[in-house]
Amino acid sequence: MENHLHAGLLRLGDDALILAQRLGEWCGHGPALEEDIALSNVALDLLGQARAFLTLAGEREGNGRDEDALAYFRTDREFTNALLVELPNGDFGDTIMRQCLFDQFALLRYEALSAQSIDKEVSAIAAKAVKEVRYHAEHSSQWVIRLGDGTSESHHRIQKSLNRLWSYTGELFADDAVTESLAADGLMPLLANLQKPWQEAMNQILLEATLVMPENSGTQTGGRSGLHTEHLSYLLAEMQVLPRTYPGAQW
Amino acid sequence: MVEERLSRIQACLSNVQDPELPFLSITELGMIRGCEIDQNGTAVILLTPTYSGCPATDAIQDDISEAVSEFETNFRVKLVHSPAWTTDWIDNDTREKMKRHGIAPPDGNSADKAFLLGKERKVSCPRCRSANTKMISAFGSTACKAHFQCESCLEPFDHFKCI
Repeated sequence: MENHLHAGLLRLGDDALILAQRLGEWCGHGPALEEDIALSNVALDLLGQARAFLTLAGEREGNGRDEDALAYFRTDREFTNALLVELPNGDFGDTIMRQCLFDQFALLRYEALSAQSIDKEVSAIAAKAVKEVRYHAEHSSQWVIRLGDGTSESHHRIQKSLNRLWSYTGELFADDAVTESLAADGLMPLLANLQKPWQEAMNQILLEATLVMPENSGTQTGGRSGLHTEHLSYLLAEMQVLPRTYPGAQW
Repeated sequence: MVEERLSRIQACLSNVQDPELPFLSITELGMIRGCEIDQNGTAVILLTPTYSGCPATDAIQDDISEAVSEFETNFRVKLVHSPAWTTDWIDNDTREKMKRHGIAPPDGNSADKAFLLGKERKVSCPRCRSANTKMISAFGSTACKAHFQCESCLEPFDHFKCI
């Protein structure tokens, strides 16, 4: 059970950490100053959430690994983030659509964790994250609506972003031995239970954005068991190079 | 004896400034959640971060250690996440202080979700008090602020987000 909790916490931490690293790539490259600041701010919140979950994952594991050991000294096969968050940023529309899909999921997951988890520390971190992600979700959904219901060019492009990303969303709600055992112990919610409310929330946003929800045409999976796209390895190489080259380096 | 020790620490903490808002103390911002003596006789200072990823949290821990270590050797700072920090813990005097420094304080209370979600923003200009303002950027210079502009006096200003 303790191992399952460790695994579950790693997934939460890895989702936030990898997306934070991706969003951080926009720093200095945003399409407008406001969006540059927004994406960096969202990245910062996610990084904070990742630190809290990875620290707790290390404590629950009990082998003395701290947040840095988990973030910088695991290989790509040991990361268990969903594939969606490791995908390259693409253009601003791709990034904001990915953010919207993820934010709506993260909000539901954190709300369920904060309301249901019998682990006090897990629910405390989630309760804090809910406040932050609610703000992110508002921002990303407003952008999806603005681009979808914008010019024919922006509409066309954001619909393409949605179509491209859609097959990566099923993985967010895929349960396995880890999540089923965590749910049975009252530690984390069953992910399948979040899918319907997520679809309803997305439906609402896409309707307003005049976008069409794609047909379900297969689901990309593998992230939760460490089988990633090649993009993750490049991301990790950049994220991990400094502590691996100079272990123990301090500012 | 214990009370004297704790009140000395509390007094010291109310002089530790927030690095991003140096006219406010971490106590005024509601970041100090208490101070207690544990079974080993160590003074434990309970600190809660405003936002999970606020980069000032590390600096604040260092500032606390520096200030308290001038008179106390046996203490530690403990980060607590629950209950999650809320702007409801910022009192009215502190909100007035923010206004005097050109920052629009969090208005109302965090239970007002309509406000948080941008449905209705009742942010008035800290300079001319006009209610005719618009949001320029949902995210501002720090995680806790958004950026606004006054339509009456045209002054841009920071707004402390209500969470």
